[in-house]
Amino acid sequence: MTAPALAPKAPPMAGARPRRRWAGTLVRYAILLAFTAFFLLPVWLMLITGLKRFAEVDLAHMWDLPSGIFLENFSAALAKLGPNLLNSVLLAVPAAGISALLGSMNGYVLSKWKFRGSDFIFTAFLFGMFIPYQSILIPLVQFLSAIHLVGGIPGLILVHVIYGIPITTLIFRNYYATVPNELVEAGRIDGAGFFGIYRHVILPLSVPGFAVVLIWQFTNIWNEFLFAIVLTRPGSWPVTVALNNLAGSQIVEWNVQMAGALLAALPTLLVYIVLGRFFLRGLMAGALKG
Amino acid sequence: MGSLRSRWVAVAMLSPSILAVAIFVYGFIGWSARVSLSEWRGLNPDYAWAGLQNFINLFGDRRFQIDMRNTLVFTSFFVIGAVAVGLGLAILLDRHIRGEGIFRSVFLFPLAISLIVTGVAWRWMMNPATGDRVSGLNLLLGGIGLGPLQWHTTDPPWGMAFVALPAVWQMSGFTMALFLGGLRAIPEELKEAARVDGATEFQIYRRVIIPLLRPVLLSALIILGHLSLKVFDLIVALSGKDIRLDVPAIYMWTTTFDANNYAQGAAIGIVLLVSVAVLVVPYLWWSLRTEAEL
Repeated sequence: MTAPALAPKAPPMAGARPRRRWAGTLVRYAILLAFTAFFLLPVWLMLITGLKRFAEVDLAHMWDLPSGIFLENFSAALAKLGPNLLNSVLLAVPAAGISALLGSMNGYVLSKWKFRGSDFIFTAFLFGMFIPYQSILIPLVQFLSAIHLVGGIPGLILVHVIYGIPITTLIFRNYYATVPNELVEAGRIDGAGFFGIYRHVILPLSVPGFAVVLIWQFTNIWNEFLFAIVLTRPGSWPVTVALNNLAGSQIVEWNVQMAGALLAALPTLLVYIVLGRFFLRGLMAGALKG
Repeated sequence: MGSLRSRWVAVAMLSPSILAVAIFVYGFIGWSARVSLSEWRGLNPDYAWAGLQNFINLFGDRRFQIDMRNTLVFTSFFVIGAVAVGLGLAILLDRHIRGEGIFRSVFLFPLAISLIVTGVAWRWMMNPATGDRVSGLNLLLGGIGLGPLQWHTTDPPWGMAFVALPAVWQMSGFTMALFLGGLRAIPEELKEAARVDGATEFQIYRRVIIPLLRPVLLSALIILGHLSLKVFDLIVALSGKDIRLDVPAIYMWTTTFDANNYAQGAAIGIVLLVSVAVLVVPYLWWSLRTEAEL
């Protein structure tokens, strides 16, 4: 519509515009590629270091490519971190599962069965998402040792499920808010009660919600460090704690540390690569207004 | 009405979570506050009343003052860095560029990685060793005739500025995603109208787009700000417990679990909580109020 009105202005610039646009595009790609290199650099370093032979590893030649693909570093790291990787699986999978079920139920109640004070309860939940855990750490340790849940993985699962309530409830509540109330109403008219509606109306629509929450919780619990180091004994250490211990050690070579770091990152990286868009939604939920 | 029963069932199904949050969040905060007002120094709890003495000691404590200065330096560099990089990348990607999906994935992937992993990788990248042990980024800098830098081992407080580098690496994908969402929500007509009025692209960003991104910027500042107050894992992985890079979260850790000074540890926890709450509570209130208006 506006094009004809602008037409008289266009001819004088016709020669300059495209060239400037080309230059602009080139600069834009150059900057984006530079940042791509910056973002990939640490992973690249972990990868090329991990694939070297022991004999090739040398600080001065850190950035040189490996002469082939050798798995010595990875197998050395796996020998040290293998049990801890297993601990992390035994921790993160059940904790994420329970978290998601609980969050789904909470989100269902807080979006479809609002009662007086339910918005206040929701807000009170949300604050729990932001607290620095140092402010509850001493009572947490005292309480869990009183009920004999310090040291092993079950206690850590409990802690992750509880402190996961705010984010999982938030994600499901916002997700269920997009489910039309008419569907719930129709279920009610058909005589379905609280569980009937959940099972036949809400749950079948929940697959994306579960994907977001499971991925978010799995990633966060896998990567978590503070609760893990306080609440577990060495035998039950998840991989983050074991890796940190490895990295602080003077005897373990830096190449093995790097390979170990990559191993510890691999599960969440794979989840991200395969299911990244669900991960992003969880991430944005935490910003509330994103 | 059969739904009355269902309403009670709904409340009953929510109640375990209400109870858990009431105990593990609010109850434990209260308990921590009580410990912070006690004489508990040692392995056995001692709830003898100390009043505000632990807080008075804390604010007079040289180490805690250094921690606050360190947090300030870290926060400034981290928040400004992550906002600048995130906004810049979002603006570059907003122009429907080819390969946008790939760029976005690359900028976001550090968020899926543990800060411990990040710390281990960056500790070797930022290795300050000189002479024939020169390594990491200093090797690359040397290749273009720069450096070597001391990185996070630079004299305090500027070492903290280098700790912000891996943190920016980790989080600027998040700010990019926030800003990109904000940019995409701006109606095309607004930009078109400004173009018709003869505004240059730069002016459109300065006068139209950036002002409209203010709510997104606020979200980014609060999320990043509260994260930087809580920073812990990254520093532990980067430097162990290097006192030069000490922050309140680490001080809380060492004073409680290494020195068994629980009262002082709880006081640090409460100071951290209050500083986060000052930032987050108004934000929560604002978020939920604007949500209710929709």
